[in-house]
Amino acid sequence: MKKLIISPAPHAHTDNTVQKTMLNVLIALAPAYLVSLYFFGLGALIVSLTAIVSCVLFEYLIQRFLLKGQNSVVDLSAVVTGLLLAFNLPSNLPLWMIVIGSLVAIGIGKMSFGGLGNNPFNPTLVGRVFLLISFPVEMTAWPRPMNSWNLFSSYIDAETAATPLGILKGEVGELPNMMDLLLGNMGGSLGEVSAIALIIGGIYLLVRKVITWHIPVSVLATVAIFTAILHAANPELYASADVHLLTGGLMLGAIFMATDYATSPMNNRSQLVYGIGIGIITVIIRVFGAYPEGVSFAILIMNGVTPLLNYYIKPKRFGEKIKAQKVTK
Amino acid sequence: MRTFRIGGIHPEDQKLSANVPIEAVALPKQAIVPIHQHVGAPAQPVVAKGDRVKVGQLIAAANGFVSANVHAPISGVITKIDTAVDAWGLPMPSIFIDADDGGDEWLETIDRTPDLNRICKLTGEEIIQKIQDAGIVGLGGACFPTHVKLTPPPGSKAEVLIINAVECEPYLTCDHQLMLEHGEEIFIGISLIMRALKVERAIVGIENNKKDAIELFRELANRHFGIEICPLKLCYPQGGEKQLIDATIRRQVPSGALPIAVGAIVQNVATVYAVYEAVQKNKPLFERVMTVTGKNVTRRGNYLVRFGTTLADVIEHAGGIPEDTDKIIAGGPMMGRAVINVDMPAHKRTSGILLMPESESARREPVNCMRCGKCVEACPMGLEPFLLIQQAERRLWDDMERNDIMDCIECGCCLYSCPSNRPLLDYVRLGKNTVGGIIRARSAKK
Repeated sequence: MKKLIISPAPHAHTDNTVQKTMLNVLIALAPAYLVSLYFFGLGALIVSLTAIVSCVLFEYLIQRFLLKGQNSVVDLSAVVTGLLLAFNLPSNLPLWMIVIGSLVAIGIGKMSFGGLGNNPFNPTLVGRVFLLISFPVEMTAWPRPMNSWNLFSSYIDAETAATPLGILKGEVGELPNMMDLLLGNMGGSLGEVSAIALIIGGIYLLVRKVITWHIPVSVLATVAIFTAILHAANPELYASADVHLLTGGLMLGAIFMATDYATSPMNNRSQLVYGIGIGIITVIIRVFGAYPEGVSFAILIMNGVTPLLNYYIKPKRFGEKIKAQKVTK
Repeated sequence: MRTFRIGGIHPEDQKLSANVPIEAVALPKQAIVPIHQHVGAPAQPVVAKGDRVKVGQLIAAANGFVSANVHAPISGVITKIDTAVDAWGLPMPSIFIDADDGGDEWLETIDRTPDLNRICKLTGEEIIQKIQDAGIVGLGGACFPTHVKLTPPPGSKAEVLIINAVECEPYLTCDHQLMLEHGEEIFIGISLIMRALKVERAIVGIENNKKDAIELFRELANRHFGIEICPLKLCYPQGGEKQLIDATIRRQVPSGALPIAVGAIVQNVATVYAVYEAVQKNKPLFERVMTVTGKNVTRRGNYLVRFGTTLADVIEHAGGIPEDTDKIIAGGPMMGRAVINVDMPAHKRTSGILLMPESESARREPVNCMRCGKCVEACPMGLEPFLLIQQAERRLWDDMERNDIMDCIECGCCLYSCPSNRPLLDYVRLGKNTVGGIIRARSAKK
């Protein structure tokens, strides 16, 4: 008889893999990506392809020549990082800046800690914030969504416009109407503009059980409640909750960035605290801080708190609360 | 429909051998009967080389209260009392019986007629004594002596008897088939145990993938006082004692406590059938129904097997080992153990034999943990497997104890659900064993 395999139980295993998870995230990002291609044209394509290719390339090179480990590019996580980085960039950013951003995201944000799962901070946001601080002018000159399809001018000499959050902070411009806010017809980073497309992606992630509702819902609810209170206190000074929810990177951040596995807490209880923290910090930066947008910083700050949340907030243990119940029928 | 409230997974249930009638496997020429088939002290042989025994005769007596009698599964002559090799290559003290005259001469006291015996005039204590004499242990897999479980520690009182008819392990169907074929007997058995425990209420928990059994049991329940049927939503590990109690009566057994702390006693449905046979038919436990299954097994089904028959003989009866078999598992795929030796005998613990084809046998290569938290979501005890594996790798035993490692029921949900194929449960087991040793040493010092 031939040799038998011996291993400890269990002998059954889920079909789920890292690769499938990442593929699901990419599928969930597709609607928002299509919208950005529609609004920002060739610029969106150039920026996103540059970011993806350079992220994958840097991960491959670092893994091959510095860490000398298994080739980890096949797990698609670098593709997700690249696409998400592109989503956070204006669609007319010079290519060399994108490459630098990718190097920071993958090299410093992810691989320096040992690759997938070991990074304490969201690599995409590390890359983005690095670029924002280094090249503030280029990073905040957002092209206006195209009114007509003119592929070639969309990258090279795109018209720029103020974002709604910039307008709230005193820049010149007019707030878009509700419909444009929902669809994404406004200035902003490549992938963050269309709330509807991002929500569709979020629902897909929930259905495929890639994420749970805890983080997105707690982030969005906190922002909504906080800004609604401010608006009620002084409607002239503070924008209403719906404007805050639909502008800037909040939807993208709450659904795709804050839920990043490696940098968010491990159980549902601590995820709620984490989400509430992100919501509060976001509103504080947006309303009272110097920057018009604060989602990136809020997520990075809460990333730093994640180990503490993991340490102090444990999942609900079996038998934790023994209620004096009667035998129920 | 209800289920337990924390964690759980949904593996494919793969009940390939469902509704295959129970069939007896031919008696072995030689029976190798291990004297330690249960939790507790090994039994003490009471026969010597050369003795002739009949089927059902006591051959090894329980050594203390937490131990169980062992009976002869075939009639014949004791050839030796020696060590056999168990499924993992370890020595296993056993009694060897060579069959004579076909090997099927039963003790006269055993009632071999198929007639139902509904009448029982015994008191609770007498019932428990009969269960103890018959060497009955929990046939769900743990093999804890049943008479011990039916004797709650002083000061505690059982309120409700819960019958585990969940069979949440994928592939296994032996309990299901037993329920379909011996429903009446099982109900009498439940009444007997209720009398032994002095409880008025019994709940049978059945998972919803056994609709025919639920229907049959509902019908039977109409004729039996105090027995309720509770259909349960499919979820592994619902057959875990604590999970089943949570699912049926919505009480959670506190950490480190026994089910009796919430007034519940759980018995497996196969155990209940054994109790019926022992009390009403005077038949000790020397055979059980086990599932022989696998995607490529030709005659997969539910077989009545005398203990001491080798796994190889049982598999032969089910059509032999398929060509592409790469792993043979005693039990189900979630908690069963891969065997290296098919010449080991089947015994009280063997609830099934699963022959796994090549494509499913090997574990996949582990990759980085991406901290997705799937293991935390899956853990039915609310533990954090991702953390425990890190601590076990670094030998942080104290930290593991603080993180409730001892609550782990080793169900395998964490390892099952890991997209990175991390060996979570392996390390958790290592930690649990080590921490358990540390705790025992500490309490011994006091």
